Amino acid sequence: MATPTGNAQTVVYVGDSRVARPTKVHVPRDYMAYPGKSETFIPNFLLKEWMVGSVVLVGFLVLVVMHPAPLGYPADPTNSAFIPMPDWYFLFLYQLLKYPYLSEQFVVLGTVLIPGLAFTALTLIPFLDRTPERRFTKRPVPTMMMLLSLAAIVYLTWVSWDHYQHELKAKNIIPEHIAREQEMHAKKQAGGGTGGDQPEPAPVKVAAIVDADDAAYKEVYMKATCVQCHGAQLKGNGPIPGLLGIGDKYNAEQIMDIIRNGIGGMGAQYDANISMGLTDQNLEDLAAWLAKQKATP
Amino acid sequence: MLKAVYEWIDGRLDITPMWRDVADHEVPEHVNPAHHFSAFVYCFGGLTFFITVIQILSGMFLTMYYVPDIANAYASVDYLQHKVAFGVIVRGMHHWGASLVIVLMFLHTLRVFFTGSYKNPREMNWVIGMLTFGVMLGLGFTGYLLPWDNKAYFATKVGIEIAASVPFIGETIQNFLQGGDIVGAETIARFFALHVFFLPGVLLALLAAHFILIRKQGISGPL
Ligand code: HEC
Ligand code: HEM
Repeated sequence: MATPTGNAQTVVYVGDSRVARPTKVHVPRDYMAYPGKSETFIPNFLLKEWMVGSVVLVGFLVLVVMHPAPLGYPADPTNSAFIPMPDWYFLFLYQLLKYPYLSEQFVVLGTVLIPGLAFTALTLIPFLDRTPERRFTKRPVPTMMMLLSLAAIVYLTWVSWDHYQHELKAKNIIPEHIAREQEMHAKKQAGGGTGGDQPEPAPVKVAAIVDADDAAYKEVYMKATCVQCHGAQLKGNGPIPGLLGIGDKYNAEQIMDIIRNGIGGMGAQYDANISMGLTDQNLEDLAAWLAKQKATP
Repeated sequence: MLKAVYEWIDGRLDITPMWRDVADHEVPEHVNPAHHFSAFVYCFGGLTFFITVIQILSGMFLTMYYVPDIANAYASVDYLQHKVAFGVIVRGMHHWGASLVIVLMFLHTLRVFFTGSYKNPREMNWVIGMLTFGVMLGLGFTGYLLPWDNKAYFATKVGIEIAASVPFIGETIQNFLQGGDIVGAETIARFFALHVFFLPGVLLALLAAHFILIRKQGISGPL
């Protein structure tokens, strides 16, 4: 690039300008002013650092090409067999909560106190370790504490992962992203689709609420348990189906049966609603009103 | 021509000193891996930044397909992964990059710790670094939910439950993250906004401060 000429100034700045007229040309300090073999950042040093960078990049891309990012099956809140696992770098914190004195009534110790103390101490280390000594061999306390924490992190992460593997084996579970890949592979071999066509989400129904002024909606539905899961607008919530257009699927009697006995992942609702002060007649009205919810009148 | 354009701008804004300062500053021998192989530990900060740039770029491409909506989130990731040309590469880069950036950032933190570089006068940059660390963990947590598969859903549910157990403010944190009574449609929208707008914004501000301080103070001297 151009070397600063210093006289390219085309405007003489007046009082309204915040840009000062350069008083001196920027001259980088002489290399000789520094001890050892120093060099300029751009391009000399950056090109050397880039050699390290390209080694990392190649390793990274090999990983990316060899292992596609995992994807399991769509989220299903009613799936009770699924073993929750955070991403690996949270495992040590997660494992902490599995110990008796760090869980249940002591959980605050495991969720707040220990991680909080550790992170606060680490953040404030410049103010705790104030000697001018920089070599870690000469400041044993911080060094030992860091080494112990590292050992604890490695150990907890490993234990957590090990437990998970054992649990999978004991319950005979194949992690979903692997199961799904196998399934897709099998399908492909059978001459089926090329994948990407797993459980399609149900097409979004574009039905409106029928008879929204009915007391069964305003007085019953809104007070019943249903609204908590199926939503005030009957639109459902995530994997919980909406009830718009439900009348196309069930009649009043069938809906009453669903309220009494539940369906699939939804438990029986009858008693819960009665104990909340609704009457049997209310629920009958509700079922009748729901049966009127047809997408195509 | 280019030179003329440059000089035209420079005459008005005096930009030369800015980039000369970045380009010409001396990099001392003890951090140069070409002179001392062990000095590669000083590259971890730069490498973290490199992967952070990859995260931002791959993330920008992911949002061209990702739909932050409970009915379509999973389907859009699935489509990207299996149907879009190079989609699996872009998603793979973002997925593995998220882990790699944590590893490199951790190694960078250890380098700074064991070389005692957090000491006077670099205390502030250490604290800025720790805040960056927190933001990075936040990005990891919020990003994990977005594919909306079972792993994402249950990990987030447990994570929020843990946050909710914090005394006094637990419930507030839970409401803020969930945006409602359950992990559901609102949660996806929130996590998406946090992951794509709020946290990267904070991250960039912190990184700018980090780099300005390094430039001002220079790298710490040899041990
Ligand atoms: C705890 C949450 C919850 C509550 C409370 C609840 N439901 Fe459900 N409901 C569900 C879930 C989950 C399903 C899907 C079940 C399945 O298919 O596995 C469902 C399914 C249904 C279905 C069948 C939908 C279909 O498309 O097949 C009907 C009808 C229904 N619920 C009516 C009601 C009524 C009426 C009430 C109130 C008395 C109610 N639900 C309360 C969670 C709930
Ligand atoms: C996204 C995350 C981060 C990026 C991109 C980053 C980048 C950098 C870079 C490029 C340097 C120059 C020296 C080197 O490369 O080693 C540096 C120095 C430094 N970093 Fe970071 N950093 C990050 C996170 C952190 C964290 C988590 C900490 C510690 C808590 C930290 C503390 C410091 C300190 C104190 C220095 C000055 C060190 C010295 O002068 O020797 N940084 N950082």
